[in-house]
This record gives sequence, structure tokens and C-alpha cells, in this order.
Amino acid sequence: MNLFNVILIGLKEVWAHKFRSILTLFGVVLGVASLVGMSAIIQGMENGLRESMIAMGGADKVLLQAQAIPSYQDHLADQAPGRTLVDVLALKNGAPLLSVVSPEMGVPDVIAAKGDKRVDPEEVVGAWPEVLAMNLHTVEHGRFFNSLDEEKANPVCVIGTGIRDALFEDPDETGREIIPVGETIQLNGQPFTIVGMFQHYSSERDAKERALKKLVEIKAANPNGPKRSKGWGRKGGWAFWRKNHTIYIPLNTSWVRFRIAGDADGIPDPRLTDIDLKVRSMDQMEKALQQARNILLVTHRGIEDFSFQTQENQIESINRQIKNARLSGGIIAGISLLVGGIGIMNIMLASINERIREIGTCKAIGATGLDIFIQIIVESVVLALLGALAGLVASQFLVDLLSYISPTGNTPVITWWAQALAVVFSGGVGIVAGLIPAFKAARLEPIQALRYE
Amino acid sequence: MALLELRGVSKLYQLGGEEIRALDDISLELNEGEFVSIIGPSGSGKTTLMHILGFLDSPTRGSVSLEGMEIGKASSRELARIRNRSIGFVFQSFNLLPKLNVVQNVELPMIYAGLGSRVRRERALKALEMVDLGNRLKNRPSQLSGGQQQRVAIARALVNNPRIILADEPTGNLDTHTGELILALFRRLAAEGRTVILVTHNPEIAAVTPRRIEIRNGKIVDHVDARLAGLHRPNPEQVPSAT
Repeated sequence: MNLFNVILIGLKEVWAHKFRSILTLFGVVLGVASLVGMSAIIQGMENGLRESMIAMGGADKVLLQAQAIPSYQDHLADQAPGRTLVDVLALKNGAPLLSVVSPEMGVPDVIAAKGDKRVDPEEVVGAWPEVLAMNLHTVEHGRFFNSLDEEKANPVCVIGTGIRDALFEDPDETGREIIPVGETIQLNGQPFTIVGMFQHYSSERDAKERALKKLVEIKAANPNGPKRSKGWGRKGGWAFWRKNHTIYIPLNTSWVRFRIAGDADGIPDPRLTDIDLKVRSMDQMEKALQQARNILLVTHRGIEDFSFQTQENQIESINRQIKNARLSGGIIAGISLLVGGIGIMNIMLASINERIREIGTCKAIGATGLDIFIQIIVESVVLALLGALAGLVASQFLVDLLSYISPTGNTPVITWWAQALAVVFSGGVGIVAGLIPAFKAARLEPIQALRYE
Repeated sequence: MALLELRGVSKLYQLGGEEIRALDDISLELNEGEFVSIIGPSGSGKTTLMHILGFLDSPTRGSVSLEGMEIGKASSRELARIRNRSIGFVFQSFNLLPKLNVVQNVELPMIYAGLGSRVRRERALKALEMVDLGNRLKNRPSQLSGGQQQRVAIARALVNNPRIILADEPTGNLDTHTGELILALFRRLAAEGRTVILVTHNPEIAAVTPRRIEIRNGKIVDHVDARLAGLHRPNPEQVPSAT
């Protein structure tokens, strides 16, 4: 008895009871849709997190962080130097395994203003040109500041598009892009000249949406269309939002204009807010960190008031979270698939009860118990797989619906392995659900089955 | 050597502590090409006898042998194989599968025999030709008349080229004229060398066959063989009405 025929007969059986079959399939359809949808959402989360990770500077970036002094050095606490330019210069010259060393001197509580518009930037940072390579910035308009600006502490700045949107015009609202290079803005009342602007950073999804909007606008032939509500929340994910709301000024400028006048004690604070390192190669991460550590122990006179934070730690924790989400989502979706399987078993039992005479006939004309067994199992699997296929289609709609209802930066992504898993799992559910009915049918005595009314 | 041989066959049922003898020590020989009827009132045990002759059931005591091979106690798998290859069943209510069309119904025994689709199609068409149904191939059983359904059932019984054809009340659900046609078809099959066994309660049908076995209370009470008695076979034109 060949499989093709059995499948054909199985399909006929499903077709003969269309409505019943559709109702039965619904369980499997929803199960598969939720399994695929769930994994798509998690995949979207994962993609979003990875994108953010790259936006924040890639996996080879190491943060040199300030750390509380270990207890055995408590008596040296007042001599702890903190992270200063001395460290930066020492690392730059003494640690060949580091490719980039980028100091940052953040200026807190800055209000940027232009005319009557003002904005609270995410960060205003004094930096070296190295910061471009470190934080993966691209200057799209104008220039970045150079060593002359640094040397002379020129009041120049390079801004992200978010600052431009707030202080000048948002191209999303007005339909034309303004490039404010050469304009002067106030940072806490001090005039700064904009010499450059970064490109607009966005997640892939955001970029696509912008492109689409542009297309629609062109079609509408109305470049000054009405202002669109962007809804609540930030555009395009936290990491990108942050990156777009950055203002960079030369390091020396931040020192001269914002620090040197001293803080509460009247003593200027020479400490940097950040030192970011990049290792030359990921394989030599350990060695590079050891090298940096040795140098820093010299410049810090043995006081361990610093530590390294690698992105690897972060990636690990992200992976763990994703694994957990995947596991719990998978279990929930698996349960709904199982419920679908119970539906199939139920309908198969009803179906063989209806067909006892037919089964008896088949046995009388030579079907073995195994033939009948396979027949019922195949019918059950056909039912389950039809449900799975419908579920794959449904999951597409489900994901579209989800991203329509709650658009986020993390577009759900349907993965082929989730689809394959769902189909295979449905097949398994079909087999398991068919077992009991198939046993029942295979063990029917032909005479009893023929007599059955 | 007889094609099908029953020796001392008994079938007992336990019903509420009481033992019921559906068949009681029946011995019987059926040869190739015979046209036999088994007749008896309901409850006589003729259905049980038919089940045993058709290898749907095995006897409690006694032996059944097919072509000299003892298979009274074969496994259900072996029995299925014998039913498939050596026996053709024609049921009283035809028992066609309602969801399959005529050709598919006829192909079914060959599917269980494991034949390829081309051979199946060819042989199904031939069998349907034989019963004059070559023009209703794609119809569902529910679209056919009783006589046509019966002929599909006969084609299905014939298609694996069995030695024995067992028909249970073959004319019970048919009108007189159709019944006559069906009986003529069976006679032709017997003439071709198959053993045809009709099981009926109707003495007029039984009268068509040269050999009649009457059964009552599980025992053979009368065994008429027209050939041994020197009687003539009935003329086809004088086939009694099958009501």
C-alpha cells in the first residue's frame, strides 16, 4: 500500500467533512501561528538589541570605568587619581594592542538653544576625533573638528540630526532637509559654531519607513503636507535616538569653557567622564586588557580605581535573556499546539466511529491491521500538516497585525527555522494524536465492524 | 484435492454464561468452478459459516484448509492476505466506500495487495468492463442504482482474480429483473472456473445453483447436488424471481 494513496485518501476524508476539519484545524493553526509569531517577535527583539549594540560601538569596544577602590586600598582613597588625560596618553603610547583610545569629557546639564528653540541634548561631550571610530559616527555634512580646533579650544561643535530637528526644522515635518553647518547655537549661553552634522542613524525598519514616507509624499505631490503625529515615544529605538541627540565639542574646549572655572570647591576637575578603548583584535582581548591594566596601574600608582567593561559581557546577558524568552514562548506555543492535537485526536476518534463499517469492509477485502493503522495516522498527520500550513499563513498576518498595532524598532522577523520547527512539531502532534484512534481502528474485528450499524 | 475444505468445524459463543453453538461440527468440501448456495433461515448459522469460509473469522474447533493448506488458525495478518488474494466478497449492502468513486472503489483491494497504479487502473477498468459499468467510472456510489452498486461490488470482488467469490444475499436489495442479471453474472463467473458461493435465505435463489447446502441450528441438514442426483441445471430463462 503506497503512501501517496494513503495521503490521497486522507485528504479526501478531510475534504469530505470540510467544516468539521476546519474547526479541528483551528487549534493547530493558532498553535503554529503563535509559535512562529512568538519566535518572530523574539527574533525581532534580538535583531534590535544587536543593532543597538553595534550602534553603541561594536563588540570590540571596551569601556574603562571608574570603580570603587577595593577595601584593602581604602587608606589610599584620597590619592586615587581617577581617569584623566594622563591615562589616555599613556595607553595611546604604551599599549600597542589597543587600536583606539578615545577620551570623553562630558558636560552635564547643558541646554542647547537657537533663538527661542531649545533642547536638552542626550549628551554634550568634549572628545577627540578618535570618537568617530570609537562610536561609529559618520559625519555627513561639514567636517569634524581637527587638531587646530583642539589646540585652540575653538567653540565649534558637531551635532546629531536630533539636535537639528529640535533647533531648526525636522525634515519629517517640513519635507525639506536643512543643513545647519555654519549656524551658531548656544550651549548654556555660550555661542558655538556648527561645523558638521552626523548622518541620521536609524534601525533598518526606521530607514525603510522613512523611505516609504518619502515615496508617498512624492506621490502626493505635496511636499509641505500636514504635520504627522509621530505618537508617543522615541523614534527608532533608544540607542539610535541617543546617538542622534549627541553634540560633540573639542575636548580642550569642554575643559576651557566648562571645567576650568572650577566646580563647587573652586578646583577644576581634570577627570574624564569616559575612556573608551578598542582592541586591535577580538582574539587578543585578554592580552590587550592586561596590557592596559598594567599601564593604568602605573599611572594610578597602583590604586585600582578602574575596571574594564567589555561588550562581550553585555552580549552574553542579551543572549541569556533571548534564550529565556525563546524557551518560555516556545513552551506556551507548544501548549497551544498540544491543545490542537487533542482536537485532532477527538475528531479522529469520532471519524473512525463513523467509519467502523468502512473499516470492516477494508479489512474484509484484505487490509491488514497495519494498513488501517497507517491510514488513520496519515489522516491525522495530514490534518495536522494542513493546519500547520494554514498556520504559517496565519502567522504572517499575525506578525503584520502585531507590528501594526504596536510598531517598535524591533520588527518581528519570521525565521525559516521557526517555521520548520512548527511544521515538524505539528506533524509530531498529528502522529501522537492519531495513535489512540489508529490503534482502536486497527484492532477492530472485521466481523464486528461489518455488523456495526 | 478440494479447493476449500472444512472438517469438523464448530464455532461457539459465550453469551451470558450460556454456550451458543453457531456452527456444530460442519464438514464440507468445495471444489474449483463450483456454483454453490448456502441456505438457511436467519439464526441458522449461515452467516457464521460464510465468515469462516471467507476467512473473516476462525473456528473454535475443527480445521479449515485452502488448497490443502491448513489455515484455520492463521494470524490476522495472514488471514488478511488470504482475504485479499483468494477471496472476493460481495456484501448484501454492497459496502462501497462512499467517498471514493467507482474506479477507486474497485482499485482498493489492489492497493492493499501493493500493486502499482498503472496495473491497478488497467485491471479495474477490465473488471468494470466485465460487469458492464465501463461508462460510470467517475461516479460516486451514491449516484448509482442498487444494481449498479452491486456490480461495482462484484467488480471489486473480482479484481484481484480470487479463486473464491462469496456473495451474501446478492439479490436481497435488488428488484427482480436486476437480481436475475446479477445471478446470471455469477453463473458466468462459475463457468469461468471460479468457485462462487451464494449465501441466502431465499430458496428460490438457492434453486439456481446446482449444489445447495441447507443449514439449520448450526448443522447441515440438507445437501443437494444436482449433478450427483442427475438433475439438469436449470435453464437461465427459467431463473426464478429473486425477491
